[in-house]
Amino acid sequence: MGPLRKLLRFAKPYTKQSLLALLLLTTLVVLDLSIPRLIQSLIDRGIEGHDRALVIHTSLLMLGVSVLSIFVAVGNNNLSVMVGESVSRDLREALFLKIQTFSYGNLDQQKTGQLMVRLTSDTGAVQRLLQVSLRIGTRAPLLMLGSLVLMITTSPTLALTMLPLLGVTSVAIVFFLVKMEPMFRIVQQKLDRMNSVLQENIAGIRLVKAFVREPFEGQRFEVANQAYTAESVKVMEFSAVMPATLTLCVNIGVVVVIWAGGPESVQGKLSVGQIVAFTNYLLTTMTPLVMMTLLSSVWASGIASAKRVDEVLSAVPEIMDAPNALSLSIDGAARIEFEHVTFSYGGASADSVLKDISFVAEPGKTVAILGATGAGKSTLVKLIPRFYDVSAGRVLINGIDVRTVTEDSLLAQIAIVPQESLLFSGTVRDNIRYGQPSASEQQVLEAARAAQAHDFISELEHGYDSRVEQRGANFSGGQRQRIALARALLLRTKILILDDSTSAVDVETETHIQRALAELGQTQTRVVVAQRISTVLRADKIIVLDEGRTVAEGNHHTLLQTSRIYQEIYSSQLGNAGLPALREEQVSL
Amino acid sequence: MNPLPAGRDVRGGPQQRGLHVGKIEAAQNPKSALVRLLPYLRPFKTSIVWVLGLVVLYTFLGLVGPYLMGVAIDQLLRTKLSVGLARVSVIMLVVYVLYNVLQAVSGRVMASVSQRALKQLRGDLFSHVQRLPVSFFDQNQAGDLLSRLTNDIDAINQAISQNVTTLVASLLSMVGIVVAMFVLNYWLALASLLVVPIMFWFTRFVARYTRKGFRDLQRDLGQLNGVMEEAISGQRTSHAFRRKDAATDAFRRGNQQVFAAGVYANSYALLLMPITSVLGNLFVIVLAGLGGWLALSGLVSVGIIATFISYGQSFVQPLRQIANLYNSIQAALAGAERIFAIVDLAPELDAPAELVSLGEVRGDVIFDHVRFSYLPEVPVLQDLSFEAKPGQVVALVGPTGAGKTTIINLLTRFYEINGGTVRIDGTDIRSVKKQDLRRNLGLVLQDGFLFSGSVLDNIRYGRLSASDSEVMEAAKLAEADAFIRLLPKGYETQLSERAGNLSQGQRQLLAIARAILADPAILILDEATSSVDTRTEVRIQRAFLNLMRGRTSFVIAHRLSTIADADQILVIEHGALAESGKHADLLARRGVYHRLYTSQFKGEAI
Repeated sequence: MGPLRKLLRFAKPYTKQSLLALLLLTTLVVLDLSIPRLIQSLIDRGIEGHDRALVIHTSLLMLGVSVLSIFVAVGNNNLSVMVGESVSRDLREALFLKIQTFSYGNLDQQKTGQLMVRLTSDTGAVQRLLQVSLRIGTRAPLLMLGSLVLMITTSPTLALTMLPLLGVTSVAIVFFLVKMEPMFRIVQQKLDRMNSVLQENIAGIRLVKAFVREPFEGQRFEVANQAYTAESVKVMEFSAVMPATLTLCVNIGVVVVIWAGGPESVQGKLSVGQIVAFTNYLLTTMTPLVMMTLLSSVWASGIASAKRVDEVLSAVPEIMDAPNALSLSIDGAARIEFEHVTFSYGGASADSVLKDISFVAEPGKTVAILGATGAGKSTLVKLIPRFYDVSAGRVLINGIDVRTVTEDSLLAQIAIVPQESLLFSGTVRDNIRYGQPSASEQQVLEAARAAQAHDFISELEHGYDSRVEQRGANFSGGQRQRIALARALLLRTKILILDDSTSAVDVETETHIQRALAELGQTQTRVVVAQRISTVLRADKIIVLDEGRTVAEGNHHTLLQTSRIYQEIYSSQLGNAGLPALREEQVSL
Repeated sequence: MNPLPAGRDVRGGPQQRGLHVGKIEAAQNPKSALVRLLPYLRPFKTSIVWVLGLVVLYTFLGLVGPYLMGVAIDQLLRTKLSVGLARVSVIMLVVYVLYNVLQAVSGRVMASVSQRALKQLRGDLFSHVQRLPVSFFDQNQAGDLLSRLTNDIDAINQAISQNVTTLVASLLSMVGIVVAMFVLNYWLALASLLVVPIMFWFTRFVARYTRKGFRDLQRDLGQLNGVMEEAISGQRTSHAFRRKDAATDAFRRGNQQVFAAGVYANSYALLLMPITSVLGNLFVIVLAGLGGWLALSGLVSVGIIATFISYGQSFVQPLRQIANLYNSIQAALAGAERIFAIVDLAPELDAPAELVSLGEVRGDVIFDHVRFSYLPEVPVLQDLSFEAKPGQVVALVGPTGAGKTTIINLLTRFYEINGGTVRIDGTDIRSVKKQDLRRNLGLVLQDGFLFSGSVLDNIRYGRLSASDSEVMEAAKLAEADAFIRLLPKGYETQLSERAGNLSQGQRQLLAIARAILADPAILILDEATSSVDTRTEVRIQRAFLNLMRGRTSFVIAHRLSTIADADQILVIEHGALAESGKHADLLARRGVYHRLYTSQFKGEAI
């Protein structure tokens, strides 16, 4: 119940509405209960007593009660719907905002499909819990209480024999509730799994089709679907037994009344009328009991989901601002320094991806990172904007440790073009000014020109207003990269990180991009990860990484002389059929 | 391909790609959705018939219980002896136990039937989605699609899971009561039946709103799902650009919409229960008032009035349940409509006329005057012709956006050409089953997509029957073995869609291993090594050269060193073939290729 209590704070802003809803509900129950009483008086006193006025009078009174109860019912209904929907909206928002605070490390461990289940299915279950509770929450106990009082007034001794029954039903309800909660939890876990399979399948559909793996994927889904269905069936079968069990309890009560009451009536201690009345009251408790069973299954699933929602809400982002974090401001250009940096993804225990890396990117200069696949190049640049925290050593910007400044002020100084250039659905213009929505048309055009994206954008039917589909699916890899580059260039930040971000751009275009970058001036410090020598040729400093260590450092000319790895990389790019003449001509320059 | 009527663009964009299938159509009419759900219950016919039998039985037993009670009480009144009481009590007990057991059993069976029917529906929907063309996935929000497969099916689940037995039981007891009322007093019974049309009219009236409400709700939920999915997938980018607010704004708008739609739909839907309850009371009141007046006039006995009133109460109860059920079915229908909207989309079609089998493919690929455009008005390929001979390595070169990837999309038939033909070994690929075609193609894409599962599973995706040692052999050829062995659990290391522990280059190596394992007749590498360092790339190429002997491969790459060895280089510019030939010839020609190639080293000269 702990997590539920925590979640109830989401209902707090709606306390007034909730209480009013319960009040209206109680009124409704009282009004409902008054009708049989009025009918009884109409028959007993009106008809039997031949009191025409009373018949008319009572009829009108009942009509009034009914009309009143319509308003009360509508009021209760709308309030409970409003509270339920409001809380689920707030809960979704809280979850979403929480997920937004997750750092790269958190996100690596989560599957999108799972988070989506928490955002929809689980908040829905919590919402149902609230809504149903507000709509029938007091009705069932009140009706039961009423019947109980009437039973006691009819025959205290018979009522006493009903005590075990009351105990048994209460225990049964609690038993079902406790038993079902973990079952619902498993159902939701299976839903996670099924949703993840779905989500992956949609994301990787080209692969599925290319390898003709539709049957295999179908099988994968079938397994997840089957597991989910099996668990759902289990919990639903279980909950189907519940109302039957509880009504059986009541029915046994009826038998007990007849059995125990019969001899009493023979002895004259009890009238037959009392026995009949008593059994009637017993039977009227049936309805609220069935209601209670509905309540308890809704509660069980609501609590199970509340726990899952709470898991996300109480997760701690791996990276947060230090308590006394300063705002980073950079006058002039930025100097980036790696000081004995060691890093591993899995914490201290795992193998280090980067080992004791030290280098300096001087203000306004370009540092290129080169190295074999898996050498740690992308990891290295991800430490500058603090997407991950170093395991040892420090990353400094103008002498300030990135961990001591606020995330926001740090990111404001850095623009990054990631390896996988993800675009958002919207227009091309929206995507380019993504980092600064207030950017002028002039800025957008300049950035696009520098990124060599202007020409192809202009050729689009709607130019800068052309739609970009989800993840930029309607643009080629190279086009996506150039839009992503424009997006980063527009910001004119002090630091620019290019993580192998022109790999899908042809070399000629890339040359233009480099020239444009050069024209942007010396105020920007750049860290460039690249595979192509052409990309790094003009860098002020080239760092060659191998298995997480720096193995060479220098510019193109010195490295060509001194670093064997660099020489290998260089010659590998010319290809076996590279023309010796061309090579000579270029290198001699 | 049959051009589908353009559906509503949920994002309100100006573009429609009528030619290439995609946007999901708007809602169908509700009756058909209901009718189309019924076949899913057909496999459970026997179970359902049994359940119905049980329901009839236990409804009957439910009436026997009170009758026995009457017998017991009468006996008490008559004999003033409790002799036979024990026997009656035992019989009553047996009847009640039987009643509740049957109730529980039928409830359980129906729970299982409904869940299994929904499972079938999910499975069918999934396999249908699998057969939709790639353009569909390019154009629809993944999150919305997910919502249809989960939230919409759940809407059906919520509505039907336990209500079917309630419906039957309600109908049965109504019939019983009506019969009893007619036996008692013809006119009063007729008057009582008046409540039925009122209830019916009212239900219909409310249902009109709930139907609309649930349609809006499910649609808005789908849209919100789309927003959330895109936001979570794009979170790394939005974080880097400090633009989480953009995602949050979009989310808030969607969330508010879902809230409003939820309030609307549920306010109407849940209204029915209390209102019908009040209507039921009104009905009883009218009976009491009218009956009382009649009794006073001496037309009917007081006893009959009392009985009628109690019948009236039990008559209204099932009526209310039916009304409520009818309304909750609206939510189910709203979900069903969205599901069938997808089912109605045409899947990738295989030509109806003679589906030729490709058989043993030699790898002779011909593009013959091929024309293609994604948007009708913007041609991408114009009259493209070339031939790749069996065993050749063909490099596709050209500026970004020239149409290189499009050529791959056409060869794999992810998209269909608008004019000309594409032939493999002389067979028009449009006359071949898509799956048959694709089985002969090994595709390695730039993004290096991984499924969650072990490294082993991910490589084995290329050929499911491959043994562990074959998988490792492929990994060695793809230069992936070394880094895999350094992973915490080697080949058993679990990977996920966006795991941070593998670099882009490493993912590409896994993708290559996958293609090597698939052992296709035609290999397609679309920027497959763009994030792999060049030394590794050279080694992979050597491996490929051995592997691809006697097969055809297509290579798209921007590092021209990658393709210098190609047997044929096709230079594509503006959707047409600008030049073709061998590396040396093309360089000598000093045309487009020379310009592209030399620019690679220009940097140093500037």
